[in-house]
Amino acid sequence: MLIFEHNREGRRAYAQAPRQQMEHTDIPASYRRRARALLPEVSELQVVRHYTRLSQKNFSIDTQPYPLGSCTMKYNPRACNTLAMLPEFLARHPYAPDRFGQGLLACLWELQELLAAVTGMQGVSLAPMAGAQGELAGVAMIRAYHEARGAHERTEIIVPDAAHGTNPATAVMCGYQVREIATAADGDVDMAALKGALGPQTAGIMLTNPSTVGVFERRIEEIAGLVHEVGGLLYYDGANLNAILGKARPGDMGFDVIHLNLHKTFSTPHGGGGPGAGALGAGKRLYEFMPIPIVAREGAQYRWHTEADRPQSIGRLSTFGGNIGVLLRAYVYARLLGREGMPRVAEFATLNANYLMARLRAAGFQIAYPQRRASHEFIVSLKREAKELGVTAMDFAKRLLDYGFHAPTTYFPLLVAEALLIEPTETEAKEDLDGFVAAMCRIRDEAREDMAFLKNAPYKLAVRRLDEVRAARDLNLSWKSGV
Amino acid sequence: MSNVPDDLKYTDSHEWLRLEQDGAITVGVTDYAQESLGDLVFVEMPQVGRKLKAGEACAVVESVKAASDTYAPVAGEVVDTNSRLTDEPELINRSPYDEGWLMRIQPDDADALESLLDPEDYENILAEAQ
Repeated sequence: MLIFEHNREGRRAYAQAPRQQMEHTDIPASYRRRARALLPEVSELQVVRHYTRLSQKNFSIDTQPYPLGSCTMKYNPRACNTLAMLPEFLARHPYAPDRFGQGLLACLWELQELLAAVTGMQGVSLAPMAGAQGELAGVAMIRAYHEARGAHERTEIIVPDAAHGTNPATAVMCGYQVREIATAADGDVDMAALKGALGPQTAGIMLTNPSTVGVFERRIEEIAGLVHEVGGLLYYDGANLNAILGKARPGDMGFDVIHLNLHKTFSTPHGGGGPGAGALGAGKRLYEFMPIPIVAREGAQYRWHTEADRPQSIGRLSTFGGNIGVLLRAYVYARLLGREGMPRVAEFATLNANYLMARLRAAGFQIAYPQRRASHEFIVSLKREAKELGVTAMDFAKRLLDYGFHAPTTYFPLLVAEALLIEPTETEAKEDLDGFVAAMCRIRDEAREDMAFLKNAPYKLAVRRLDEVRAARDLNLSWKSGV
Repeated sequence: MSNVPDDLKYTDSHEWLRLEQDGAITVGVTDYAQESLGDLVFVEMPQVGRKLKAGEACAVVESVKAASDTYAPVAGEVVDTNSRLTDEPELINRSPYDEGWLMRIQPDDADALESLLDPEDYENILAEAQ
């Protein structure tokens, strides 16, 4: 039920109403609203109940384990939230002069330095408002670099076939053609395919390491050497940084630019399309091209660097300083961990993934790359179950919800049939990992006993099995009164 | 086992081709491809008149699972596309080799089909993938 459907004409929530009628005499009459806004007329208690109910329907990391591969759904420590909500941060006006916001600027500058140090980059810009924007900025910087050298013949970006869908999309958005290369049987990049794709037309390559199939790309230095040799640059998608945090640095592997999803590795809340933060790191080749604004320290003072200070910047990506509330949470998280804590994130994220992988394998599930150690995530292929029992990865995903687990990522990467990409993260306890294995085994038993039952799952949520085909074909998101 | 008609040619990226009487080639995606993709929800086709290089991405088929590129099996010019797919992408699921055809290409080289896979070769590829 939508809040509008609770509407009763004349009902009010007086406690929330302004005490005085405000007169906006400086707004020209032509811009003023003549009719009242169509807002729901409800009581305060109805509002509270409505939104509390909605929040209870939410399936979230605060309520259930959420092993969604490639998304790093880990616990967001409350301390980060508490400190980012200090009134001194909240009450600061974005137009306040830099000299009145030195504390905030110091935090952001330190975050830039911390992220640069942990990724092995020369500098960091916090401007991108989301992971996808960070990615767009990274490839735009590669383009700016080549154009500054007059290298207009570089028209291709190489992307492995297992890459995140955003990678080829970003390359196309930046005006590049995508050259897809295969993944070898062991999960690493197919070197012959890479060598065949490289040439004077190569602008760069977009990689994730560990890769999307959940294994560490062992020949990364050789790959970096080959790409640089032909004049191309390397872009690192930070989606899987959690596996190597504090242990290995993309800069040392040879990457020129990296975007970080702070809502993954640095544990800020994942929005439902809400605020993200896609910090961007650049090595020496791309340092000058980073988006603005960037916090600079001059002596003991901090100030925003803008176009005037960075003439080669690809430009401004956020109206003010980026999603500062999110950046502050990441800053507190990084400071709470410290230098000692960061490698422990990677160690426990990979330990949890390998424990879960070993237990699922022992339970008879097929691992997509059984000869490889998992990074922070791994893939189960339900190909055999699909063939023998007719149960799909989607059926498992839906039924897992009934057992209190958010579904792993399904059907991704596409090159593995009936894939479940599973990432438990470092914040799940052993009991929850064991519970996940038990749920997977029970679902397989259910498939053997009563397939029809499984095909209609979930049963315990607010909604049953959704018609995803119809949702995709006839998308309708607007509510109309009386319909 | 997927249906692989024996009067067609195939690619290893799961397109099928049929040489028509007028010399044009009809292109679609195979039964195996539609089955792997699942229910299709959207199809994007190239403009009629577009010149294609062999191996060039020229159409997009999107399902509830994923969006996948379809590649031009031969070089040539797009002379027709299946406009019914805009409103009925499910035709590809229902009838991949007939009503669910994607486009017709006038090939630059009439012999281009020779280099493509025969049904037996394609069936071998599918057997390996299983």
